[in-house]
Amino acid sequence: MDFNFTPEEQAFREEIRAFLDAHLPDPMPEDDPDFLRLWNEKLRAKRWVGFNWPREWGGGGGDLIRQFILKEEMSARRAPALGLDFMGLTWVGPAIIAHGTKEQKAEHLEAILDGRSHWCTGYSEPDVGSDLASLQCRAVREGDEYVIHGQKIWTTSAHFASHIFMLVRTDPTVSKYKGITCLLVPMTTPGITISPIENLSGKASFNQVFFDGARTPVSNRLGAEGEGWKVVMGALANERSGISEATEMLQHLDDIRSLAKRARRGGRPALEDDRVRRRLSEMEIRVEAMRLTGLRHLTDQINGKPSGSETAINKLQRGILEFEMSELTLELLGSAAQHQGELQHEALAWHGTVIGGGSPNIQRNIIAERILGLPKD
Amino acid sequence: MNFGFTEEQGFLRDAVRKFLDDRCPMAEVRRLMKTPNAHSPELWKAFAEQGSVGLLIPEAYGGAGLGWVDFVVVLEETGRTLMPSPLVSTALAALAIREAGSPAQKERWLPRFAEGSAIGTLAVLEASDLPGAEGVALVADSDGEVDVLHGEKCFVADAGCADVYVVAYRSTERSAEPSGDRAGTGVGGALRLGLVARDAPGVRVALVPSLDETRRSGTLSLDGVRIGPDARLAAADPEATLALLLDAGSIAVTAEGLGAAEGALALTVQYAKDRVQFGSPIGRFQGVKHRLADMWVDTESIKSLLYYGAWAIDERRDAVPRYASLAKAYLADAFTRIGVDCVQLHGAVGYTIEYDIQLYLKRSKWARPMFGDGDHHRDRLARLSMGNR
Repeated sequence: MDFNFTPEEQAFREEIRAFLDAHLPDPMPEDDPDFLRLWNEKLRAKRWVGFNWPREWGGGGGDLIRQFILKEEMSARRAPALGLDFMGLTWVGPAIIAHGTKEQKAEHLEAILDGRSHWCTGYSEPDVGSDLASLQCRAVREGDEYVIHGQKIWTTSAHFASHIFMLVRTDPTVSKYKGITCLLVPMTTPGITISPIENLSGKASFNQVFFDGARTPVSNRLGAEGEGWKVVMGALANERSGISEATEMLQHLDDIRSLAKRARRGGRPALEDDRVRRRLSEMEIRVEAMRLTGLRHLTDQINGKPSGSETAINKLQRGILEFEMSELTLELLGSAAQHQGELQHEALAWHGTVIGGGSPNIQRNIIAERILGLPKD
Repeated sequence: MNFGFTEEQGFLRDAVRKFLDDRCPMAEVRRLMKTPNAHSPELWKAFAEQGSVGLLIPEAYGGAGLGWVDFVVVLEETGRTLMPSPLVSTALAALAIREAGSPAQKERWLPRFAEGSAIGTLAVLEASDLPGAEGVALVADSDGEVDVLHGEKCFVADAGCADVYVVAYRSTERSAEPSGDRAGTGVGGALRLGLVARDAPGVRVALVPSLDETRRSGTLSLDGVRIGPDARLAAADPEATLALLLDAGSIAVTAEGLGAAEGALALTVQYAKDRVQFGSPIGRFQGVKHRLADMWVDTESIKSLLYYGAWAIDERRDAVPRYASLAKAYLADAFTRIGVDCVQLHGAVGYTIEYDIQLYLKRSKWARPMFGDGDHHRDRLARLSMGNR
């Protein structure tokens, strides 16, 4: 065990800091797509988007420890996210790198890095949520095409996505896990229609997606026919670890501490209240545990163990943390928590993120069955 | 950056497991529980020969000269099997002498610790039960060069089998207004650490029956015990030395507690696989399996904090206070919950003396207050990250 970074890694950290000093605007423009595009170009020039993707496909060819340092430094300065296409970068791209054909890599990987594509993910269906392997959306092969009939739901970002990374049933006669296939389908394909769903905070962030005989070439299949479950297991592990990185939680913790400095409880600054202080410490404990557990998993990956069920740990920790953070934020706001406002709406967003990538109880099933070896439900 | 155990550490774990399987199975644990000190000199000697007791002691003093990450490997295993032993106490006494002892003090104690012929422990807490320098109110009378102690030290782990106590007390002269953790406590006098041998005149030990019978503690009465210059530890900064000892204690207790928590979890997972109700192993039911999954999330998360803290003792001293508190705060509460829930998941047999799970429950009650409970460490973390209230 050695938690020191090498001099080369330290130098890399300094390089990132210098880059941010030189290029990160202060104050940062808010929600400015032109700025984000320009920022992405600068990061692309450094090959920092897709930092650990193969260089031949436009990535940085970098190692996981440097990628960790890069994310940590970017987040510490609250720079915009690395890359413009979160799903593309976090699980679709890695799945294409692992299972894709040369043509698929050429078509999609650089587009993801440049932010020219924008992926959404088609797993859930109206009757299929936690029991994902029971999915019914059907793809029938006709010549060189698959013809898709069915429906996906809770599809985040579908309303502006360019492509969907989706699971379909290609063989209803075999066991539920074996008849599943993964497809990469352009959202412009005729036969796809989208209907937005308003979430509880009043925004349209997710959608229903209908497939009425949408045709897509067989060359858009990722991995072999019937191998979709294998593809998606890796993608879900990446999704879990992607949404459970500690960097974002550190920012939240910082924000709540600032709020606790401003807010008052019982006529005193909330930061002087023992109970508030202990709750903030409890969050600090879990955030640091997440950060270090993430590093432990990185070490496993570097030693050749692909990430799998253990990524459920941080997904569960994040669920607990976000809940605690949301509720403490609202308590610190006092009666103002009854009003509409940015912090108030952020506190509601927890209800979405805790479900995305698998609900907490599904994470517990994964751990209980795959790691502790308890019988399946 | 490498967050994995080495191959050698894997061998070490295997060796300790084999030793414990052979020499300290649960039947032996239960036998030792019924002895006055829950301590077997033969077992201790054999454990020393195996190499675990002197693991941290430098080779020059007869030890293996290994580090705290290695020691954590041993503690996880002794915790998993609930081995009754003064391993943590002796390691902390050795650390005190290594950090602040004179060459003569090192010569006198470290080789004996390493070979298992002497046992040491810390005597810090008093009736106030304040786990830190702020709880040290025992003030020495001065007899020229010699400090004379009249008073009591409480909750002294392994008090009954220890040969030497590292006693924290205060000098006669009053220092300026105390600062930091002691601000406002009204405790004066500079902190001092002294070595008191079990057989020194004026030393009396009263054992207190333990809830966890695999662990013992007692009250150390000091009735005119004399600590001369040769018995004082010449720490340049005694407050910092004491803080390090308590932090190392937190990390050691976390390691042993983590091993025990994993032991409790393993027993309960096995029970959930074997016990059939409603026509199915109870481990199939989500009310059971989800609780077990949460326990696993906690034990794995604690490991991440613990390993960093252990590494920091040897490699990054300035990070020790924070990581000791992060790890111990998590352990104190999570192990408590694990103990309670593992007994409950066993159903009625969990409430029997016959099943071993109750021993883990009691160990969790021992571990919680050791070197500060969850709130103590959360308060400290708050001071470290946000300043004083």
